[in-house]
Amino acid sequence: MALLHASGSKVSSLKEKRSLLPYLLLAPGILWLFTFFILPIVNLAQTSTQTPVTNGDTGSYEQTFRFANYIDAFVDNKEQFSRSFIYAFLATALALAIAYPLAYGIAFKSGKYKNLLLVLVVAPFFTSFLLRTIAWKQILGEEGPVISVFRGLHIIGQNTSLTASAFAVVTGLTYNFLPFMTLPLYASLERIDPRTMEAAGDLYANAFTTFRKVTLPLSLPGVVAGTLLTFIPAAGDYVNAAILGNPNTKMLGNVIESRFFKIVDYPTAAALSFTLMTAILILVTVYIRKAGTEELV
Amino acid sequence: MRLTWWFRKNLIRVYMVLGFTYLFIPVAYTFAFSFNNGGKSNLVWKSFTLGNWQNPCGAPDVCVALGNSIRVGVISTVLATILGTLIAFAIGRHQFKGRSTINTLIFLPMATPEVVLGASLLAMFLNLGINPGFWPVVIAHVMFCISFVVVTVKARIASLDPRLEQAAMDLYANEFETFRKVTLPLVAPGIAGAALLAFSLSFDDFIITNFNSGTLTTFPKFVYVASARGIPAQANVIGSAMFFLALFIVIAGQLVSRRKAR
Repeated sequence: MALLHASGSKVSSLKEKRSLLPYLLLAPGILWLFTFFILPIVNLAQTSTQTPVTNGDTGSYEQTFRFANYIDAFVDNKEQFSRSFIYAFLATALALAIAYPLAYGIAFKSGKYKNLLLVLVVAPFFTSFLLRTIAWKQILGEEGPVISVFRGLHIIGQNTSLTASAFAVVTGLTYNFLPFMTLPLYASLERIDPRTMEAAGDLYANAFTTFRKVTLPLSLPGVVAGTLLTFIPAAGDYVNAAILGNPNTKMLGNVIESRFFKIVDYPTAAALSFTLMTAILILVTVYIRKAGTEELV
Repeated sequence: MRLTWWFRKNLIRVYMVLGFTYLFIPVAYTFAFSFNNGGKSNLVWKSFTLGNWQNPCGAPDVCVALGNSIRVGVISTVLATILGTLIAFAIGRHQFKGRSTINTLIFLPMATPEVVLGASLLAMFLNLGINPGFWPVVIAHVMFCISFVVVTVKARIASLDPRLEQAAMDLYANEFETFRKVTLPLVAPGIAGAALLAFSLSFDDFIITNFNSGTLTTFPKFVYVASARGIPAQANVIGSAMFFLALFIVIAGQLVSRRKAR
């Protein structure tokens, strides 16, 4: 940067203008984010402490600063709350297990097909994610091909289903957020200089030790970014639970959605949204601190 | 013995084949059932037909929903790409106060669950007396796409060799000419990639759209509503067509940039 700015005297004459330029560039986009992201969140915080108007219509609320809304909302929905985080955690772990070798293979073992394979990783996600989720429902469903094979081989009982279960919801979450895991992993693996691995081999490290002491630590920023990009949307998702689950696999997203649309209970929906967002932000901050990679964005 | 040796040597390749199979199973299923003559529900395979592809608008409302999705997607993509690219240049090429605040503001929408983004925006629109519909959806899509555009374009700007711009300045190009003839063409692939990402995020979004769309039907919303009673095969046709179209754009883009690099 300094190099650029120091070249030629005519550049320095523009210095006055330049000091304003970045703010002009930032203004429209930042204004948009402020108006349609920050203000709604503030508004949501206000809504979360409202109570119903006495003798009012359904859906009309007034501000009474009732912070007990949070406690009520949490106590009523603590199962869905913990379920959201457990499912998201499982899906993230599974996605990491599936995506890491895939990204590793693309980065180091695919030669001239590297770019093609990278496109193929993203390609399935150009088909609408709802269509793919519903496709899983039908593939695993009662009329699908998988269930009869599984029952025939006695892997599962004659009356056990694969769909409408926690298993199906976690599978759906894992599948849907897989590219968010694979791409950052690939980006950080690809940046590793292969000579560092050769050096480890020259120093008599076997393949496993090389991986544990060289490759894995160097790919850690990708692991952190990938797990975050998978965990956050998975914890807030309600589509997989709605399509692949049953009433006992409802996640927090499902509760927020139905509070909003079916019961018009805005304060509870707002309190739950706020709790979910805060919990995720705390988790993310602690995780980034622990992993020691501040440079994510 | 020999087999175990081969297996160990090719373990990662075997794994990759399995991984890609897993990725493509639902896509293949969607594609296959786009040829099913299954009537309205399309749940069980009946017989092969090309009819769905010849008449993709055959099912009621499917093309209305598709049209809405494309309109929302194009407008949101243009707006988000412009706003996001401007921010990316400010962050990547300029010094200013409050940089870390701006970075946090860019990061936060990506770290906020969609259901919270959607619900909070709807609550605000309702408070202001604005009815959900087309423009609220566009506003919401621009909002969540901006951050992704910034991150993508910023990465491209950061990867540029600053000596190229310096060379242009040394050859007496002024700041504006340097930007137009050197910087912008070099950043252009990043902007194109960001626009493609923004469009696919917008086109595929369901949760935020569902909160803010009111009676407007988008393609994902159509699929979700239809899933209760069975999705018409025409939805599979559109999903598959989108898949091939996107694949074509990405591969063509790669070929073009490779030819330019030569």
